[in-house]
Amino acid sequence: METSIYSVLAFYVLAAVILGSAILVVSMRNIVHSVLFLAICFIAMAGLFLILDAAYLAVIQVLVYAGAVCIMIIFGVMLIQRTDMKQSNLFNRQTFMAGGVVALTLAVSGFFAGTTAWADLAANTPVPEDSLGQIGQLLLSKYVIPFEVAALLLLVALVGAIVLAKEVKANVDD
Amino acid sequence: MLTISLTHYVVLSAILFSIGLFGVLSKKNAISVLICIELMLNAVNINLIAFSKYITPNEFIGQIFAIFVITVAAAEVGVGLAIIIAIYRNKLSVNLDEFDWLKW
Repeated sequence: METSIYSVLAFYVLAAVILGSAILVVSMRNIVHSVLFLAICFIAMAGLFLILDAAYLAVIQVLVYAGAVCIMIIFGVMLIQRTDMKQSNLFNRQTFMAGGVVALTLAVSGFFAGTTAWADLAANTPVPEDSLGQIGQLLLSKYVIPFEVAALLLLVALVGAIVLAKEVKANVDD
Repeated sequence: MLTISLTHYVVLSAILFSIGLFGVLSKKNAISVLICIELMLNAVNINLIAFSKYITPNEFIGQIFAIFVITVAAAEVGVGLAIIIAIYRNKLSVNLDEFDWLKW
Protein backbone atom coordinates (compact mmCIF):
# COMPACT_ATOMS: atom_id res chain seq x y z
CA MET A 1 0.00 0.00 0.00
CA GLU A 2 1.33 3.40 -0.99
CA THR A 3 0.41 5.89 1.69
CA SER A 4 2.74 8.81 0.95
CA ILE A 5 0.79 11.77 -0.41
CA TYR A 6 3.40 12.36 -3.11
CA SER A 7 3.18 8.87 -4.56
CA VAL A 8 -0.63 9.05 -4.55
CA LEU A 9 -0.49 12.39 -6.34
CA ALA A 10 2.12 11.05 -8.78
CA PHE A 11 -0.07 8.05 -9.58
CA TYR A 12 -3.11 10.17 -10.40
CA VAL A 13 -1.13 12.67 -12.48
CA LEU A 14 0.63 9.91 -14.43
CA ALA A 15 -2.61 7.99 -14.92
CA ALA A 16 -4.29 11.13 -16.28
CA VAL A 17 -1.39 11.76 -18.67
CA ILE A 18 -1.37 8.13 -19.84
CA LEU A 19 -5.11 7.93 -20.45
CA GLY A 20 -5.36 11.41 -22.01
CA SER A 21 -2.53 10.83 -24.44
CA ALA A 22 -3.84 7.33 -25.26
CA ILE A 23 -7.22 8.84 -26.16
CA LEU A 24 -5.44 11.43 -28.31
CA VAL A 25 -3.44 8.66 -30.02
CA VAL A 26 -6.69 7.05 -31.11
CA SER A 27 -8.60 10.22 -31.98
CA MET A 28 -5.97 12.27 -33.86
CA ARG A 29 -6.50 12.56 -37.61
CA ASN A 30 -2.83 13.06 -38.45
CA ILE A 31 -0.80 9.91 -37.85
CA VAL A 32 2.41 11.81 -37.03
CA HIS A 33 0.60 13.54 -34.16
CA SER A 34 -0.65 10.13 -33.03
CA VAL A 35 2.92 8.83 -32.79
CA LEU A 36 3.96 11.96 -30.85
CA PHE A 37 1.26 11.34 -28.24
CA LEU A 38 2.25 7.67 -28.20
CA ALA A 39 5.76 8.74 -27.11
CA ILE A 40 4.27 10.92 -24.33
CA CYS A 41 2.16 7.97 -23.20
CA PHE A 42 5.22 5.69 -23.06
CA ILE A 43 7.28 8.19 -21.06
CA ALA A 44 4.46 8.67 -18.52
CA MET A 45 4.28 4.90 -18.26
CA ALA A 46 8.00 4.81 -17.42
CA GLY A 47 7.19 7.15 -14.52
CA LEU A 48 4.49 4.74 -13.39
CA PHE A 49 7.04 1.91 -13.43
CA LEU A 50 9.27 4.02 -11.16
CA ILE A 51 6.41 4.28 -8.64
CA LEU A 52 6.07 0.49 -8.87
CA ASP A 53 9.75 0.00 -7.84
CA ALA A 54 10.74 -1.27 -11.29
CA ALA A 55 13.56 1.13 -12.15
CA TYR A 56 15.15 -1.19 -14.73
CA LEU A 57 11.88 -1.54 -16.62
CA ALA A 58 11.40 2.23 -16.58
CA VAL A 59 14.77 2.65 -18.30
CA ILE A 60 13.96 -0.11 -20.79
CA GLN A 61 10.57 1.49 -21.46
CA VAL A 62 12.16 4.82 -22.38
CA LEU A 63 14.92 3.18 -24.45
CA VAL A 64 12.89 0.61 -26.36
CA TYR A 65 9.41 2.11 -26.61
CA ALA A 66 9.87 5.88 -26.50
CA GLY A 67 13.15 5.61 -28.40
CA ALA A 68 13.27 2.71 -30.80
CA VAL A 69 9.63 1.82 -31.47
CA CYS A 70 8.39 5.40 -31.95
CA ILE A 71 11.29 6.29 -34.26
CA MET A 72 10.75 3.10 -36.26
CA ILE A 73 7.04 3.86 -36.66
CA ILE A 74 7.85 7.42 -37.78
CA PHE A 75 10.27 5.96 -40.35
CA GLY A 76 7.54 3.61 -41.54
CA VAL A 77 5.07 6.48 -41.89
CA MET A 78 7.56 8.60 -43.82
CA LEU A 79 8.40 5.71 -46.17
CA ILE A 80 4.77 4.94 -46.87
CA GLN A 81 2.56 8.01 -46.65
CA ARG A 82 2.75 10.09 -49.81
CA THR A 83 -0.73 11.58 -49.81
CA ASP A 84 -2.05 14.36 -47.58
CA MET A 85 -0.89 13.78 -44.01
CA LYS A 86 -3.88 15.63 -42.53
CA GLN A 87 -6.35 12.84 -43.26
CA SER A 88 -4.00 9.93 -42.70
CA ASN A 89 -5.59 8.37 -39.63
CA LEU A 90 -9.34 8.04 -40.09
CA PHE A 91 -11.98 5.76 -38.60
CA ASN A 92 -13.55 2.97 -40.63
CA ARG A 93 -17.20 1.95 -40.89
CA GLN A 94 -17.16 -0.36 -37.87
CA THR A 95 -16.65 2.41 -35.31
CA PHE A 96 -20.00 2.02 -33.54
CA MET A 97 -19.70 -1.77 -33.43
CA ALA A 98 -16.15 -1.40 -32.07
CA GLY A 99 -17.49 0.96 -29.40
CA GLY A 100 -19.98 -1.68 -28.31
CA VAL A 101 -17.34 -4.42 -28.10
CA VAL A 102 -15.02 -2.13 -26.15
CA ALA A 103 -17.77 -1.06 -23.73
CA LEU A 104 -18.52 -4.74 -23.08
CA THR A 105 -14.82 -5.53 -22.50
CA LEU A 106 -14.44 -2.56 -20.18
CA ALA A 107 -17.56 -3.48 -18.22
CA VAL A 108 -16.48 -7.10 -17.72
CA SER A 109 -12.87 -6.29 -16.79
CA GLY A 110 -13.94 -3.40 -14.55
CA PHE A 111 -16.46 -5.64 -12.78
CA PHE A 112 -13.83 -8.29 -12.05
CA ALA A 113 -11.22 -5.70 -11.07
CA GLY A 114 -13.69 -4.24 -8.60
CA THR A 115 -14.99 -7.48 -7.09
CA THR A 116 -11.79 -9.54 -6.79
CA ALA A 117 -10.41 -9.51 -3.23
CA TRP A 118 -6.96 -8.18 -4.11
CA ALA A 119 -6.19 -7.47 -0.44
CA ASP A 120 -6.17 -11.22 0.33
CA LEU A 121 -3.52 -11.83 -2.32
CA ALA A 122 -1.20 -9.01 -1.30
CA ALA A 123 2.13 -10.06 0.16
CA ASN A 124 2.66 -6.81 2.13
CA THR A 125 6.45 -7.02 1.90
CA PRO A 126 8.47 -4.31 0.17
CA VAL A 127 10.34 -4.92 -3.09
CA PRO A 128 14.06 -5.55 -2.43
CA GLU A 129 16.36 -2.58 -3.01
CA ASP A 130 18.74 -4.30 -5.44
CA SER A 131 16.09 -5.33 -7.96
CA LEU A 132 18.32 -4.99 -11.05
CA GLY A 133 21.00 -7.36 -9.69
CA GLN A 134 18.42 -9.97 -8.79
CA ILE A 135 16.70 -9.69 -12.18
CA GLY A 136 20.07 -10.17 -13.88
CA GLN A 137 20.85 -13.25 -11.85
CA LEU A 138 17.40 -14.73 -12.46
CA LEU A 139 17.61 -14.06 -16.21
CA LEU A 140 20.90 -15.93 -16.51
CA SER A 141 20.09 -18.81 -14.17
CA LYS A 142 16.46 -19.79 -13.78
CA TYR A 143 15.15 -18.10 -16.93
CA VAL A 144 18.17 -18.65 -19.18
CA ILE A 145 16.28 -20.70 -21.80
CA PRO A 146 13.54 -18.07 -22.38
CA PHE A 147 16.33 -15.48 -22.46
CA GLU A 148 18.15 -17.31 -25.26
CA VAL A 149 14.90 -17.96 -27.12
CA ALA A 150 14.20 -14.21 -26.97
CA ALA A 151 17.62 -13.58 -28.51
CA LEU A 152 16.78 -16.06 -31.29
CA LEU A 153 13.41 -14.35 -31.79
CA LEU A 154 15.11 -10.98 -32.24
CA LEU A 155 17.52 -12.49 -34.80
CA VAL A 156 14.65 -14.07 -36.76
CA ALA A 157 12.68 -10.81 -36.64
CA LEU A 158 15.74 -8.89 -37.89
CA VAL A 159 16.31 -11.23 -40.84
CA GLY A 160 12.58 -11.47 -41.56
CA ALA A 161 12.11 -7.70 -41.60
CA ILE A 162 15.04 -7.26 -44.00
CA VAL A 163 13.76 -10.00 -46.33
CA LEU A 164 10.19 -8.67 -46.30
CA ALA A 165 11.08 -5.03 -46.85
CA LYS A 166 13.72 -5.69 -49.52
CA GLU A 167 12.94 -4.62 -53.07
CA VAL A 168 11.39 -7.59 -54.84
CA LYS A 169 12.62 -8.37 -58.33
CA ALA A 170 9.72 -8.71 -60.74
CA ASN A 171 11.52 -11.24 -62.93
CA VAL A 172 14.57 -13.18 -61.80
CA ASP A 173 15.73 -13.98 -65.33
CA ASP A 174 16.31 -10.36 -66.38
CA MET B 1 -9.07 7.29 -0.84
CA LEU B 2 -5.50 8.35 -0.13
CA THR B 3 -3.92 4.97 -0.76
CA ILE B 4 -2.97 3.38 -4.06
CA SER B 5 -3.78 -0.31 -4.10
CA LEU B 6 -3.56 -3.01 -6.73
CA THR B 7 -7.14 -2.23 -7.81
CA HIS B 8 -6.11 1.22 -9.06
CA TYR B 9 -3.47 -0.27 -11.34
CA VAL B 10 -5.78 -2.99 -12.64
CA VAL B 11 -8.51 -0.48 -13.47
CA LEU B 12 -6.01 1.87 -15.17
CA SER B 13 -4.70 -1.02 -17.20
CA ALA B 14 -8.23 -2.12 -18.16
CA ILE B 15 -9.11 1.37 -19.41
CA LEU B 16 -5.86 1.64 -21.38
CA PHE B 17 -6.42 -1.82 -22.90
CA SER B 18 -9.94 -0.78 -23.94
CA ILE B 19 -8.66 2.39 -25.63
CA GLY B 20 -6.13 0.29 -27.54
CA LEU B 21 -8.77 -2.29 -28.48
CA PHE B 22 -11.07 0.46 -29.78
CA GLY B 23 -8.24 1.78 -31.96
CA VAL B 24 -7.44 -1.68 -33.32
CA LEU B 25 -11.06 -2.32 -34.26
CA SER B 26 -11.92 1.08 -35.69
CA LYS B 27 -8.86 2.48 -37.48
CA LYS B 28 -8.35 2.47 -41.24
CA ASN B 29 -4.58 2.92 -41.38
CA ALA B 30 -2.53 -0.26 -40.88
CA ILE B 31 0.26 1.59 -39.04
CA SER B 32 -2.31 3.06 -36.68
CA VAL B 33 -3.47 -0.46 -35.83
CA LEU B 34 0.15 -1.37 -34.99
CA ILE B 35 0.34 1.67 -32.68
CA CYS B 36 -2.84 0.63 -30.87
CA ILE B 37 -1.49 -2.92 -30.43
CA GLU B 38 1.50 -1.31 -28.68
CA LEU B 39 -0.92 0.47 -26.33
CA MET B 40 -2.59 -2.84 -25.48
CA LEU B 41 0.77 -4.53 -24.79
CA ASN B 42 1.72 -1.66 -22.49
CA ALA B 43 -1.52 -2.03 -20.56
CA VAL B 44 -0.59 -5.67 -19.97
CA ASN B 45 2.88 -4.57 -18.80
CA ILE B 46 1.37 -2.27 -16.17
CA ASN B 47 -0.65 -5.22 -14.88
CA LEU B 48 2.36 -7.53 -14.77
CA ILE B 49 4.57 -5.07 -12.90
CA ALA B 50 1.82 -4.14 -10.44
CA PHE B 51 1.24 -7.83 -9.67
CA SER B 52 4.98 -8.28 -9.30
CA LYS B 53 5.14 -5.51 -6.71
CA TYR B 54 2.03 -6.32 -4.70
CA ILE B 55 1.79 -10.13 -4.84
CA THR B 56 5.27 -11.63 -5.42
CA PRO B 57 7.71 -8.83 -4.53
CA ASN B 58 10.69 -11.13 -3.92
CA GLU B 59 10.50 -13.32 -7.02
CA PHE B 60 10.42 -10.71 -9.86
CA ILE B 61 8.31 -12.99 -12.07
CA GLY B 62 6.16 -10.13 -13.32
CA GLN B 63 9.11 -7.91 -14.13
CA ILE B 64 10.90 -10.66 -16.06
CA PHE B 65 7.70 -11.42 -17.95
CA ALA B 66 7.39 -7.72 -18.81
CA ILE B 67 10.93 -7.74 -20.21
CA PHE B 68 9.95 -10.58 -22.54
CA VAL B 69 6.74 -8.76 -23.54
CA ILE B 70 8.82 -5.71 -24.48
CA THR B 71 11.18 -7.90 -26.54
CA VAL B 72 8.33 -9.54 -28.43
CA ALA B 73 6.65 -6.16 -29.00
CA ALA B 74 9.83 -4.73 -30.53
CA ALA B 75 10.15 -7.74 -32.86
CA GLU B 76 6.47 -7.44 -33.75
CA VAL B 77 6.77 -3.77 -34.72
CA GLY B 78 9.78 -4.52 -36.93
CA VAL B 79 8.15 -7.37 -38.81
CA GLY B 80 4.76 -5.61 -38.93
CA LEU B 81 6.23 -2.48 -40.50
CA ALA B 82 8.15 -4.59 -43.03
CA ILE B 83 4.93 -6.37 -44.00
CA ILE B 84 3.08 -3.06 -44.35
CA ILE B 85 5.88 -1.65 -46.54
CA ALA B 86 5.80 -4.79 -48.72
CA ILE B 87 2.02 -4.53 -49.09
CA TYR B 88 2.23 -0.81 -49.87
CA ARG B 89 4.67 -1.57 -52.67
CA ASN B 90 2.15 -3.88 -54.35
CA LYS B 91 -1.11 -2.12 -53.55
CA LEU B 92 -0.08 1.59 -53.10
CA SER B 93 -2.38 1.80 -50.09
CA VAL B 94 -2.27 1.19 -46.34
CA ASN B 95 -6.05 1.15 -45.93
CA LEU B 96 -6.96 -2.11 -44.21
CA ASP B 97 -10.37 -2.20 -45.91
CA GLU B 98 -8.64 -2.64 -49.27
CA PHE B 99 -6.55 -5.65 -48.20
CA ASP B 100 -8.95 -8.29 -49.51
CA TRP B 101 -6.83 -10.82 -51.43
CA LEU B 102 -8.05 -13.68 -49.28
CA LYS B 103 -11.70 -12.95 -50.02
CA TRP B 104 -13.48 -14.42 -52.99
